[in-house]
Amino acid sequence: MNPYLPFPVRIDEINIATEDKSLKTFKFIFLNKDDETKFAYQAGQFAELSIPGKGEIPIGIASSPVEKGFVTFTVNRAGLVTTHLHKMKVGDIMGIRGPLGNCYPWEMLEGKNILIIGGGFAFTTLRSSIIYLLHPDNRSKFGDINVVYGARSPGMLLYREELSEWEKRDDINMHITVDGTDDPDWKYNVGFVPTIVEQKAPNGDADTYAIICGPPIMIKFTQPVLEKLGYDHDHIIMSLENRMKCGIGMCGRCNIGKELVCKDGPVFTLNQINQTPREY
Amino acid sequence: MKVIKIDKKEWTSGIEQVKNAYRVFGPIKEENKEFSAFKELGKGVTPDLSATDTRLSPKGIIFPQSEAMFEFTTDSTSDDCNLMNVPEKDYSPRAIVGIRPYDAAAFTLVKKNFDTPEYRDNYWVDAYDACTFIGLAVSSPSILDFSTSTKSGPFDETGLDVLLCDLDDHFLAKVISEKGETFLKAAGFTNIADEKDVQKIDILKKEAEDKIQSRVFFDKIQSYSILDIYEANFWEDISFACINCGTCTYVCPTCWCFDIQDEMQGKTGQRFKNWDSCMFPLFTLHTTGHNPRGTKLQRVRQRFMHKLKYFLDKYNDGIMCVGCGRCIRFCPVNIDIRRVCDTMNSFEPAK
Repeated sequence: MNPYLPFPVRIDEINIATEDKSLKTFKFIFLNKDDETKFAYQAGQFAELSIPGKGEIPIGIASSPVEKGFVTFTVNRAGLVTTHLHKMKVGDIMGIRGPLGNCYPWEMLEGKNILIIGGGFAFTTLRSSIIYLLHPDNRSKFGDINVVYGARSPGMLLYREELSEWEKRDDINMHITVDGTDDPDWKYNVGFVPTIVEQKAPNGDADTYAIICGPPIMIKFTQPVLEKLGYDHDHIIMSLENRMKCGIGMCGRCNIGKELVCKDGPVFTLNQINQTPREY
Repeated sequence: MKVIKIDKKEWTSGIEQVKNAYRVFGPIKEENKEFSAFKELGKGVTPDLSATDTRLSPKGIIFPQSEAMFEFTTDSTSDDCNLMNVPEKDYSPRAIVGIRPYDAAAFTLVKKNFDTPEYRDNYWVDAYDACTFIGLAVSSPSILDFSTSTKSGPFDETGLDVLLCDLDDHFLAKVISEKGETFLKAAGFTNIADEKDVQKIDILKKEAEDKIQSRVFFDKIQSYSILDIYEANFWEDISFACINCGTCTYVCPTCWCFDIQDEMQGKTGQRFKNWDSCMFPLFTLHTTGHNPRGTKLQRVRQRFMHKLKYFLDKYNDGIMCVGCGRCIRFCPVNIDIRRVCDTMNSFEPAK
């Protein structure tokens, strides 16, 4: 099998994901039904979105393995490929190459409490994870689930309908926050993610793991808070990003020391990352 | 061990004959060109075995500097719109005649990258599998050759199918693999050498190895942690003169990093795999403008850490260098991998 050959897909739905329209969620259907089986993935993995004539871009998979018949990606408009993608229309044909990289360590996490911390538009694979965890087949396999998710403003939160559904459930504790808002009806938290983590997150112990995905500045200030709460570095799980091309560990650019973010990652424990030169 | 004796009078006709069954590549020195290079040899062109120390290694015969992986159309009226098709590829038998042993050994190192348990880069591996490697032993190593330190050497057989030894009026051709035997048969080289001739190979090998004075040691590098060497204070000194030209990475037979780029002409396009270089800032630049290896020091350190530490740790099978000496010869500011390797091997980590 040619590892560079993308599966052909059709854009089935496009939704604007944030109020500033810089993010859109794309729903893709595989042109060949068999390819969906070949694309079997787990929450935390990513794929290369492939647009002929423009190139490829590595993006975390936002849909969840328990959702069948389609895959979704929420994409920030930033560079050449993503800007073009934002101009594409429902019905257009493009490619998806993957799934790539490792996933969050779901087997290891069974029976454990999970604290999910997300910031801004890095919430995509965390959304995939939450859908996976809350699925009736899976929920009983895991302990308490806490989610701290923050964005600049209410309109910049991704998946707002799902967030409010999760708010209503009693098997997941949501701690939604925004940096600031002038909305008098805002009923959730106001404050940066690290602050809310400090106030709301459970203490760390042998059976509690934190999964963090967010901008570098959020990660930088959340780490000391988690340490204070008693999370060991091997109980802090992070997903890294680097410039990528091949996505299969061959082209040589995304390494952090001898580990390749695309193939050995993108998910690492902080303990593992501490032993690398952190070139990300 | 089978050794074939090839009279040099038969050499040219044998190479012509073998072209019926193989695409033959070999070193030639083109008119008005300063450097020799490995090229596909047309009818009547014989490999110039006096020009085997080429500026670029023959890595491009397996891993072209630019290779179309896919072709496509973006014409929305076409049924094929935006679908990727693999262009027709020629993986018929090919042979590289006159490849130096260290360059053949380099392919076996690069294979670790392109042929993995999880993924197989079909472009690289199919080209490699189609190729027969007819090596030419190095009887007079250059002063920059340190191949005996890197598990290769002037008569090393790693990655070769035949090893030719030049004995003035004839070659002795050591048959290393079945592929090699098939090639020699196709060329009509069948004259089995006698025992006395065969012994000459070992003598020549010993002589050539003894001529190599240049050595590197990396025995201690593996015992230091990645972070110890990464954070060492010598990188400023090592990288100071570097101008990030990338020459070292292009001339290196073991450098494999590549880029993927799309190119359009009207509504038809191709997706290419191109040689890339860790010396260039764009190699790791994020869309946000952030660059994890944005400084020269970081890039120079990456190159040497990859070759002399990460590769060593990852595969536990030596360094990612075959000791050809090209990067030393062609570096415009005289950065010498032997000195870098010694520095890394002999430093004392801070306690």
